[in-house]
Amino acid sequence: MFCEKSLNLIKELDRSTEAMPAFDDDGVRQVFEEMRGLYDQNVAAANDSTADPDGTAIAGIAIRHAALERNKRCLMAYVYNRIRKVRNMRWQFGSILPPEIKANLCEPEIQWFNSYSKTLALYMKSIGDQGLNLAQDVKPPKSLYVEVRSLTDYGKFEMDNGEVVLLKKHSTHLMSRAQCEPLIIQGILEQITH
Amino acid sequence: MSLCQSYVPNYFSIADILATQERVPCKFEMQVKHLGFLDPGSDKRDIEIGTSIELPLWMASVLNSQRPSIADVGLPKVFKEAYRDIMKADPCVVDLHKLAKYFYEFGMNLCMLKHRESAEIANVLVESFKQRFRQILDWAQHSTTEVAESKKLDNTEKIIYQMGREVGSRLHMWLTEGGSLITAADMVIQHKKMKLTQKDLLH
Repeated sequence: MFCEKSLNLIKELDRSTEAMPAFDDDGVRQVFEEMRGLYDQNVAAANDSTADPDGTAIAGIAIRHAALERNKRCLMAYVYNRIRKVRNMRWQFGSILPPEIKANLCEPEIQWFNSYSKTLALYMKSIGDQGLNLAQDVKPPKSLYVEVRSLTDYGKFEMDNGEVVLLKKHSTHLMSRAQCEPLIIQGILEQITH
Repeated sequence: MSLCQSYVPNYFSIADILATQERVPCKFEMQVKHLGFLDPGSDKRDIEIGTSIELPLWMASVLNSQRPSIADVGLPKVFKEAYRDIMKADPCVVDLHKLAKYFYEFGMNLCMLKHRESAEIANVLVESFKQRFRQILDWAQHSTTEVAESKKLDNTEKIIYQMGREVGSRLHMWLTEGGSLITAADMVIQHKKMKLTQKDLLH
C-alpha cells in the first residue's frame, strides 16, 4: 500500500508523549525513496504512449500522483508540527535547551531554533528605549517579592543587588519576583502559596 | 492543541491527515494497470473492472473526482443508513471511539465527495454533535475526576472535553489563588517526568 511510511511518521508524532520525539531520519529517507519511485513510474507511463491504446493509463497515473501528493503532505505536516514544538520550547525552556531534547532535533531544526532565538532577542531589544523582556511577567505580578522553595541543588545564585544565595534542595528564600521567575519556569524553584 | 488545528482545510493538521486515512469501499469502473497490489485479496497484476477494494479516503476522493470516474465510492459501514438510524435514535449512548475515531472529521470529508446521501450524513453529524455536546459540557463542568464514559468520545469531542476541564480548573485556580502564581512550564514538567521514568527504568 502507498504512503504507509509517511503515515507512520505522522502517527509517531501524534502518539509520542515526550516533549520532543527524535527526528526520524530513516523514516523520512524511506518516504523520499518511495516518492522517487512513484515519480519515475509516472514519467515512464506518461511517455510510453504505445502501451495505452484504450486510455486507461491515466487512472494509474492519477492514483500514483495522489500518493505523491499525500506523501508530500505528510512530510510537510511532520516538519511543520515539529517546528511548532520547537518554537514553543523557546518560550518554555528559554534560549538554552536541555541536552536530552537537543539530541532529538535534527541539524536544520537546531539552526531554526537559534535563529528564532536571535530574532526574538533583537525584537525584544528594539522595544522602548531599553528593550523589554517579553518572557517576563507573563502573569500580572501582585508583589515585588515572592517566597520560593528550591526543588534541586542548584548551587550559588547571585542576585541583582550582589547578594549571593545558596539554592539547596528544600531551602526557602524570599526573592525578587523578576529574578526568580525564569528559575520557577524552568522548574528549579517553586513558589510557595499560603 | 487548539481546535482550529484539527479542522478540514488545514493542510498541516495531523488530525485531518489521520481522519482521511479511514477506509471507504471503492468499486472500480475502469481497469487500472500494474496496481493490482492495492487489493490485498488478490495477486493479479491489474485491477479489473468491478473489483471492490477498501481504500483510504484521500485516494478514494481522487478516484471519484476524475472524469470519467475511475471508481464508484460507497459509504463505510458507520455512515450507512442502519448506523445513521442508531445515531438518530440516541447519539449519546454510541461508542464513537470504537466505531469511528474521527467520526466528525471523517464525516465532513466524506460529505465533500458529493455522494447522493451526503446531505443526510451532514444532518446526522450536526444533530449528533448537538446532543452529545450538551453531555460533554455537563461532564466537563460538573465532575472533578475524569468521567469513564469519556472513553466513548471521538477525537474532536475528546479535545473539547479536555479543553473544558482545563478551563474549569484554571477558573478554579484563579478564583482561589488569583492569577499571579508562577508555575513551571508544561514542557519542563513533562521533560522532568520523562527523565524520572527513564531513571526508574535504568535502576
